[in-house]
Amino acid sequence: MSHSRVSLRIRRPWRFAAEATALLVAAVVAFPLYWMVLSAFKPEGEIQSTEPRPWTGSPSLDSFRRVFQQEDFGRYFLNSLFVAGVVVVASALIAFLAATAVARFTFRFRTTLLIMFLVAQMVPIEALTIPMFFLMRDLGESVPGVGLNTLGSLILPHIAFSLPFAIWMLRGFVKAVPEALEEAAYLDGASRSRFLWQILFPLVFPGLVATSVFSFISAWNDFLFAKSFIISATENSTLPMALLVFFKDEGNDWGGIMAASTVMTIPVLIFFVLVQRRLVSGLGGAVKD
Amino acid sequence: MSAGTAQHARRAPAKGRRSRPGSTVPAGRRSGKGARRGTWTPWLYLAPALVVLGGLLVYPIYQLGLISFLEYTQAQVSGGAPTTFQGFANYAELFGDSEFWNVAVATLLFAAVCVVSTLAVGCALAVLLTRVRAIPRLALMLAALGAWATPAITGSTVWVFLFDPDFGPVNKVLVWFGLSGFENYSWTYDRYSAFALVLFEVVWCSFPFVMVTVYAGIRAIPTEVLEAAALDGASTWRIWRTVMAPMLRPILVVVTIQSIIWDFKVFTQIYVMTNGGGIAGQNMVLNVYAYQKAFASSQYSLGSAIGVVMLLILLAVTLVYLRLLRRQGEEL
Repeated sequence: MSHSRVSLRIRRPWRFAAEATALLVAAVVAFPLYWMVLSAFKPEGEIQSTEPRPWTGSPSLDSFRRVFQQEDFGRYFLNSLFVAGVVVVASALIAFLAATAVARFTFRFRTTLLIMFLVAQMVPIEALTIPMFFLMRDLGESVPGVGLNTLGSLILPHIAFSLPFAIWMLRGFVKAVPEALEEAAYLDGASRSRFLWQILFPLVFPGLVATSVFSFISAWNDFLFAKSFIISATENSTLPMALLVFFKDEGNDWGGIMAASTVMTIPVLIFFVLVQRRLVSGLGGAVKD
Repeated sequence: MSAGTAQHARRAPAKGRRSRPGSTVPAGRRSGKGARRGTWTPWLYLAPALVVLGGLLVYPIYQLGLISFLEYTQAQVSGGAPTTFQGFANYAELFGDSEFWNVAVATLLFAAVCVVSTLAVGCALAVLLTRVRAIPRLALMLAALGAWATPAITGSTVWVFLFDPDFGPVNKVLVWFGLSGFENYSWTYDRYSAFALVLFEVVWCSFPFVMVTVYAGIRAIPTEVLEAAALDGASTWRIWRTVMAPMLRPILVVVTIQSIIWDFKVFTQIYVMTNGGGIAGQNMVLNVYAYQKAFASSQYSLGSAIGVVMLLILLAVTLVYLRLLRRQGEEL
């Protein structure tokens, strides 16, 4: 490969400069995360030091202990995981069906729908907090489990908000499956639903993974809805709320904040590392299509 | 990266339109399928999505608009007073308030600075990635993925801690470099330094998307094209301007629009880093302003009117985006 990249090859001193810059930038970009984890492991006295050091002589689990002793922290963690999990699965399934419809069928209003999905992506979810609040309040009166103070009130909006982007992204992946495959499947006597779930679904799975990164993040990161919709039933709060407990008027418990932040960031980091390759190629594909 | 090849492989089949003439599928079967295609099945597949989007996106948008025309405060919410139609009174009140204009201008300026910085950093680093060998590239990629994966709220808390006047390392380093003014300097006290602090965090967590996407785009440009240009004696700058930039334009449009949308509706960072909008609301953006109006002072109508203004601004951005897509001859 390298000999063909004539135009991109640069002279040696410049390449070293470029590589040094890249490593330096990487260090700067990674530093906040390093500082977060480091501070989480610093013993209590050291974190309040006015001469902060970029290492610690005596790592301690005290801050983590404080976080997990925090009432219901484990429960908040599971709540967050549950909300994000349901959002990922539900929006992936719904988006897969919708993407199949717009990618493999021609019907009236198809283009209109596509434009509407595109426009829906732009809707600022924050602007809808007020009507969403009243909607959840009213829904809760007739449907149990989705009203204010329930996890449903966090799940439903995030499914809706991640759908347009997921459909848009998956469309490219569905389109890419050759028509011939579908015809062959029908020739072999497969029913439409059999083709959908046993042939198309596995083929589109890499795209679903890339899509789910976005829906996972939007649900896992949610702060505004958790703050606005879970008012009194604190047992249904999610992680961001647990984090705020450590901000105190008499002085923030930075050890606790950093430990809780670490606990909240690690699942997403793991998720990202796992799907990294697919995410990058998925983005490349989605952007082009 | 496999993005380039995957893309081409994926796009190729789309060119072979359905029901090729040489196909072995019996004509009856094919036309039968075609007939069914046009009818119910796609709507069946679309039904769950349409129900969810209709109930949880379209209806709330309608409600938002409606509430912005009503008198809707704590009294109406609790049912103690009848809701009355106010016409444009809420908007008149909003537009007559100098604080609203203050916040609106701050939002637009702040978003613009965020977008420009994010794009500049992201694109510069994408180009840098193409110039380095595997190990520095992997290091930068992983660091960027880490920043990208960090939830907005934890990113916010960490950045506030980095810039903490007493315990943060940033001020110490600045003092060490001889900038003694930063001794115990509070970044969140002054309006502009507080916005700058949020800006750093926003750029940090959103440049990776730009970098990765643009990098994938650059790698997707066939090397033969660049090679041919180089053989013809074109300079690096010329190659960039006349070969690479046009091929990257669709990707640049996408990342620009996405950045505008994200940065315009920043909420968590402002709320957490400046403690609900800064001292005396000096760091308020439209989002936080609407939230404070509605949930802190129970003026739901005013909050909704602000929401409508935000919707309209983003709708305008969307229309520009659609036009750009159309001009590129993108088929939907």
